[in-house]
Amino acid sequence: MIIKQLSVFLENKAGRLTELTGILGNAGINMTALSIADTSEFGIIRVVVSDPEKALQILKEHNFSVNLTDVVCLMTENQPGALARALELLSAERISIEYMYAFSIGERAFIIMKTEDINRTIELLRKNNIELLKADELYNM
Amino acid sequence: MIWNEKFETMPREEMRKWQGEKLREMVERVYYNVPFYRKKLQEINIQPEDIEGIDDLARLPFTSKTDLRDNYPYGLFAVPMSEIIRIHASSGTTGKPTVVGYTRRDIALWSEVVARILTSAGVERDDYIHVAYGYGLFTGGLGIHYGSEKVGATVIPISAGNTKKQLQLMEDLGSTVLACTPSYALYLAETIEELNIDRNRLKLRVGIFGAEPWSDSMRKKVEERLNIKAIDIYGLSEIIGPGVASECEYQDGLHINEDHFIPEIIDPETLEVLPPGERGELVFTTVTKEGLPLLRYRTGDLSRLVYEKCRCGRTLVRMEKCLGRSDDMLIIRGVNVFPSQIESVLLEMGETEPHYRLIVDRENNLDVLEVQVEVGDQFFSDEIRKLEQLTNKIRKNIESTLGIGVKVKLVEPKTFERCEGKTTRVIDRRKLD
Repeated sequence: MIIKQLSVFLENKAGRLTELTGILGNAGINMTALSIADTSEFGIIRVVVSDPEKALQILKEHNFSVNLTDVVCLMTENQPGALARALELLSAERISIEYMYAFSIGERAFIIMKTEDINRTIELLRKNNIELLKADELYNM
Repeated sequence: MIWNEKFETMPREEMRKWQGEKLREMVERVYYNVPFYRKKLQEINIQPEDIEGIDDLARLPFTSKTDLRDNYPYGLFAVPMSEIIRIHASSGTTGKPTVVGYTRRDIALWSEVVARILTSAGVERDDYIHVAYGYGLFTGGLGIHYGSEKVGATVIPISAGNTKKQLQLMEDLGSTVLACTPSYALYLAETIEELNIDRNRLKLRVGIFGAEPWSDSMRKKVEERLNIKAIDIYGLSEIIGPGVASECEYQDGLHINEDHFIPEIIDPETLEVLPPGERGELVFTTVTKEGLPLLRYRTGDLSRLVYEKCRCGRTLVRMEKCLGRSDDMLIIRGVNVFPSQIESVLLEMGETEPHYRLIVDRENNLDVLEVQVEVGDQFFSDEIRKLEQLTNKIRKNIESTLGIGVKVKLVEPKTFERCEGKTTRVIDRRKLD
């Protein structure tokens, strides 16, 4: 259930993101989901890819600061209130969310999140019948 | 082990007597052979026979780097060029390089002082010395090379560059001593980690590091990562190159080969000689060198002298580890800043790579200092909050050390080129106006 997300440090410099995506593309690595957190000085790109270990290796070789981060991916109905219900469960248990990003396809919504305690999060969501995506399902989406 | 018992353990009074005699001979040589010095000495009414002992040193004129440049290339040489068998030159970052020349006896003297410093670092004839200082006009490579041969160790003159090959040979040939700049040592350590080379397959035990100022915290880092003893050596081409001074196994100050290079500490403003123990600018007089003898050469390096006998048995005066050349010193909003201070802060925090660059600029007539620090994988967090905390922590620590406000910017790994010679750590854009 734990998904290995690639997190990469990027300076705010022209062409860096193009370079990064080019490197992954040339290595035949597909990106399933991506988000960028930015400040005035630097950004962190968070991306779920088809082969996280290989991507990690390749980016290191290209001198990127990069690591793998454990995240989970929830799947809910693409309907008003669905995300709120999932988040209420976490709030009630006082599990903080570090960050999240989401996308939807048709009737389904996918929410990738990092919380302060990934194992407790998984346990809690499962107990409440919230569907969690397996790592391979997301990598190969 | 002590290479030259006679001079390295000579009682103070005897040393002073020796220095006085050599000084008198030297003044005589420069008075008759170097027009520049004759003029200077005549201006202050000093004849060679006026020099009665070492106490007369303080009456003599200073020599500066500018004097060497003004007399470029051979103007200050004290022998005919037919006596000169070797030329070296220092990298001229501004303007012309400084050219130095050696007679056959100078080369022998140089080998002798380098043999002394290698021995004080614990090098013996059974050692394999990996000399990764640059060979060429820079004095580092050939200086260490000749001294190593004198000791009788096996020299591996690998010079600088091609790091992966260097590591391969270091392993295959069984190098036990590494001689290079401290920043290159750190780069080698990084490369060893990156290539996952088993440290136990290397036989390195001692590092002989010099040619650029480095802090004690950087020493700890190099010692830990390479699992060696890191010895600080000091030298500059104008005086002879490596071999001027070096630490012994106790790493408690650098023993100066003062029977050849007489040190003084002066106040850089008033030019007065300071009492022992006070910190100021280091000045050397090369009393035995033939090719390019220099009277009271102002090094621009800041240090202090300790005359107490060392635990190793040497009586040679010790200079405190040099924290910077005054050329490296930046004056930012009236405050003196040495790059090594920032290096110490970063290394003590241990949360970033010790690779940094300082950018000084002037915005609205105010000096601003930006410290750029590389973020290594192990410190990189995927959370903005943590990276911002790290940035703030670095900023606060630097500000409390320097006493001025700075801006800290995190940059990607390997942003700064790993230089095999001296590393450029400062970009001062104020000078461009």
